[in-house]
Amino acid sequence: MRYIFMSIVAFGTWLLWSGHYTLEHTLVLAIGILSCAFVVYLAGRLSIVDEEGYSIHLIWSLALYIPWLIWAIIKANIDVAKRILNPRLPIAPRIVRVTGTQKTDLCRVIFANSITLTPGTVSLDLDEEDIVVHALTKEAADDVQSGDMDRRVTTALEQ
Amino acid sequence: MTIVDILSWICLIPGCILCMIGGLGLLRLPDFYSRMHGGGITDTLGASLVLLGLMFQGGLTMVTVKLVMLLVILLLTSPTSTHAVGKAALTSGLKPFLGNPDNKGKNEHD
Repeated sequence: MRYIFMSIVAFGTWLLWSGHYTLEHTLVLAIGILSCAFVVYLAGRLSIVDEEGYSIHLIWSLALYIPWLIWAIIKANIDVAKRILNPRLPIAPRIVRVTGTQKTDLCRVIFANSITLTPGTVSLDLDEEDIVVHALTKEAADDVQSGDMDRRVTTALEQ
Repeated sequence: MTIVDILSWICLIPGCILCMIGGLGLLRLPDFYSRMHGGGITDTLGASLVLLGLMFQGGLTMVTVKLVMLLVILLLTSPTSTHAVGKAALTSGLKPFLGNPDNKGKNEHD
């Protein structure tokens, strides 16, 4: 089942990038199908065709989470841009620990990547429960420590 | 000048300005770790706005599909590479500069 799903995704991606929809170039199409099959075979040999790669159930919850993330990114961008342009450079870098309440590895990665995507905070290290975050300002550190983003990732993606 | 052109420029110009601010941040910020935040501006909103402006120019064609894929790939890989660079610096023992540049050398813990 996973192999069929992966083949469809690989071939769809190939179609989108190559733009060969018609049967005009049969050779190109055949090479495309062959290379997709080869990729799926290689992925099977590497045994990376597992539950994580097959996470369609996350799409709907991601559709809820991503608009909020984009809004957070825009706000943080404007804040950091203002601070860079300010001649006094009002920054106060610090390193804080943030607890992530996610259970699966994939959701922890999504949380850590969300932290890094928001300018002003960069996730430096991950251990069993905490994420070490470098924050550019006190406000950014307070924001990420308030746990708002953590809650949103957990409730949106793990329920 | 159609509406699509206007929308496109509305995205392209702030995107370019944000990319330049990101570059300025790379120069102005005091140490390695804080410079990563400057690069973050160019990576996220700067690149997204430029690509969005180009999507308006592309219209509903294959070009736009490829631009959307570029945006997704960029938004997945740039935080990962930032994290890799930051973690490499942390494990090799680079000490972060803490506190306000106004009172140099004095860390503030509040």
